[in-house]
Amino acid sequence: MTQKLDTLVETASQTAGPYVHIGCIPTFAGLDGVYPEDLGLSPIKDGALGQQITISGSIYDGTGWAMRDAMLESWQADAAGIYPGRDSADPNATGFCRFAADKDTGEYTLRTIKPGIVQTRDGSFMAPHISLWIVARGINIGLHTRIYFDDEDNTADPLLARIEQRPRLETLLAKSQAPGVYRFDIRLQGQGETVFLDL
Amino acid sequence: MTDTAPLMPRRREMQPDPYWVDYKTSVTRSPSLPLLSMESTPSEETGPRFGHGLLGALDNNLILNYTKGKAPAVGERIRVHGRVLDENGRPVTGSLVEVWQANAGGRYRHIKDTYFAPLDPNFGGCGRTITDENGYYEFMTIRPGAYPWPNRANDWRPMHVHFSLFGNAFGQRLITQMYFQGDPLIDLCPIAATVRDRSQLDRLVAPLDMQNSRPHDYLAYKFDIVLRGRRQTMFENKPEGM
Repeated sequence: MTQKLDTLVETASQTAGPYVHIGCIPTFAGLDGVYPEDLGLSPIKDGALGQQITISGSIYDGTGWAMRDAMLESWQADAAGIYPGRDSADPNATGFCRFAADKDTGEYTLRTIKPGIVQTRDGSFMAPHISLWIVARGINIGLHTRIYFDDEDNTADPLLARIEQRPRLETLLAKSQAPGVYRFDIRLQGQGETVFLDL
Repeated sequence: MTDTAPLMPRRREMQPDPYWVDYKTSVTRSPSLPLLSMESTPSEETGPRFGHGLLGALDNNLILNYTKGKAPAVGERIRVHGRVLDENGRPVTGSLVEVWQANAGGRYRHIKDTYFAPLDPNFGGCGRTITDENGYYEFMTIRPGAYPWPNRANDWRPMHVHFSLFGNAFGQRLITQMYFQGDPLIDLCPIAATVRDRSQLDRLVAPLDMQNSRPHDYLAYKFDIVLRGRRQTMFENKPEGM
């Protein structure tokens, strides 16, 4: 016998299910008036510093079908690479956004500002990126990934550097379509499967 | 200081299998390649915070919030309460807790729910609250009904309440479901079965809590939740910028 460890075990996840919108974005789900507005409608307020950008895309299941029922959340630093809540962060960059795949087309759109380079604990620098969390019916534990940008210098990013199969890095790059307009498709499984994260 | 400490790695063996053949939708919605693992960074160690200013007076009362207090929802009145802790056993304070559920007949107020059990005109099915300085939360609701769902030929969801938790770091984000003590449908449910570790599944089952019920008013169920913790070591808690 040994002493007993006193750490607890994280509660098990369960799928968000097809009706996640009721709990997280009720106005989107048609429950008008329960809350004044849905949480996380925008990750920025008027006056947020930095380049305004729009990212659109779809989330495809293993058959290539664009999912109509996914909900996404994003979290990001401000234009200077400082996370909201920390000293000297831009008060107009709230950083958190909630958005859903369109119920008819599956397309999502995120309007935000491009985040800056973020310094890590060991002093290295992460290329501009937006953290993404995806939940839906059939996803038993929420999937984390990141949106990087194909028009930024990503060569020194410590996370991207860990991707052994270099072509897979492409799955984390938002593709510039026009100034400030990007496309970022997510593939849950199979050909071109997005790199999902455990960190 | 502590909000810069690394998160404890997620114990994936204590989490549901992403691919579970009896839960058919998961078959095409689970990654087939391994996740990319590394130590958490500021992107996961920080997260949105929501103040009490967000909350309306009835946000944690699903019996009344849909009608703004005018008429109560139909169903067995219950209070659900518990604590949100981290893996170090410390209370997670000031953390948003969101819930959603079916009505007493097992029907969701959602465009995609076509089950013929009737909607309750007085029940919306969502609520939210924020944990106090002890990590404690509570809300009032009605016990949701079980309902059939299209999966295998005759699958039924056990009675459950969906929970969404933020903690204080994006990497702690968790969505789960609370089941009810004694529900025989739990052991038949392919979604519950995605949690392979029996003790972990048992921890999703809220016990009846008579001592916290109110005579002639409501029953109580207790549901404690644990979120990922942060490593606690003097070797890592350097002030920012050093």
